[in-house]
Amino acid sequence: MRIAALVLVLLAAGTNETPERVVQVVARRFTYSPDVIELQLGVPVVIELTSADRDHGFTVPDLGLRIDVEPGKTARVRLVPSKVGTFAFHCDVFCGSGHEEMAGRIVVSGPMPAGAANAR
Amino acid sequence: MSKIDRREFLKLTSLGGIGVVFASALPGVARADNTDEFYFLQLSDTHWGYQGPANPEATVELPRAVELVNALPQAPDFVVFTGDLTHTTDDDQERRRRMAQFREHLAGLRVPQVRLMAGEHDASLDRGAAFQEYFGQLRYSFDHKGVHFVVLDNVSDPKGILGDAQIDWLAKDLRGLPKSAPIVVFTHRPLFDLKADWDWTTADGSRAIDVLHAYPHVTVFYGHIHQEHHHQTDHIAHHAARSLVFPLPAPGSQPNRTPVPWDPAHPGRGLGVRDVDTDPRQPSYSLREIPLAKET
Repeated sequence: MRIAALVLVLLAAGTNETPERVVQVVARRFTYSPDVIELQLGVPVVIELTSADRDHGFTVPDLGLRIDVEPGKTARVRLVPSKVGTFAFHCDVFCGSGHEEMAGRIVVSGPMPAGAANAR
Repeated sequence: MSKIDRREFLKLTSLGGIGVVFASALPGVARADNTDEFYFLQLSDTHWGYQGPANPEATVELPRAVELVNALPQAPDFVVFTGDLTHTTDDDQERRRRMAQFREHLAGLRVPQVRLMAGEHDASLDRGAAFQEYFGQLRYSFDHKGVHFVVLDNVSDPKGILGDAQIDWLAKDLRGLPKSAPIVVFTHRPLFDLKADWDWTTADGSRAIDVLHAYPHVTVFYGHIHQEHHHQTDHIAHHAARSLVFPLPAPGSQPNRTPVPWDPAHPGRGLGVRDVDTDPRQPSYSLREIPLAKET
């Protein structure tokens, strides 16, 4: 236990960074779960995508992101949102009748105003 | 019947209750005495086998289109279907059944030739296997009265791309042509980024456009978006045709690409076929949209 704790500290010291936020998304015909991914401006995130059934795609044209999502694999997309807004994503690997509805959105919010966290 | 006679006929008559209007026309010079001139019809996105609220009468549209074509006062030189002949299904047997039924309907067309190509609904789930069994090659080219026609396949790869091999094939196919040759390209998906977040694009389509760009007389006709649309990439014109099952919304006009709701008061509204008068010597293409139902 003590050894494990020590390793953890060393790892943290080695990267000198807070662990990145991870958002897990499951793709299955004809949905993403979740289909709304909420991110914060400037906060790094890793989106981990898995498929529950067959080959899918995950593409966010306005952010220039695209990756294949295949059964048995975890696809990872790292991003640091650099602009506030809503960015549509969709499946770009044809997956059957309903493929056209397989979509969602990434919502990037700006930083909370100073003191907002303690406002209550 | 000369071309001008045919045009006058189209303007003035109603074909068996099917109204004909001139929805659009692009610049072009028609000469009735030039035997090299011809016309073809573009039909698209029949989605045979579709069952859903966007068109509860989907089984009548293809027979109606066949009736419309056969009622034209002069047969076109050929009819081209720019993809999504059938609606997709996970069942391989059902896919083949739909293709067989589609082929039976085509047998009723009284035209010299029918050219077919696949859409993603026909070909993406099995990489075009059934389509090739029933309808032949996924990509090919042919010449007709001085125009070089190229059929590109941007659907049998489920990622909706052309792929390196096909882009090389395209370059080789065009290589022997004089630069001044009139070239018409048929694709299912748009080659350009019409609306990428609705998947109305071809990921590597710009590479095909780069190949085509070297030729000054290129026109592209495509389907996929279920509506008339015209776009220009430099000197290359891209024309999307209406569907024969249900219309889709104008790009970006609503949050998603769900079909235009069925209107029982106006069945078939927004559906139609395209007449393309072709003058290879200009070259020029004069387009008119023929609605499947009377549009008021």
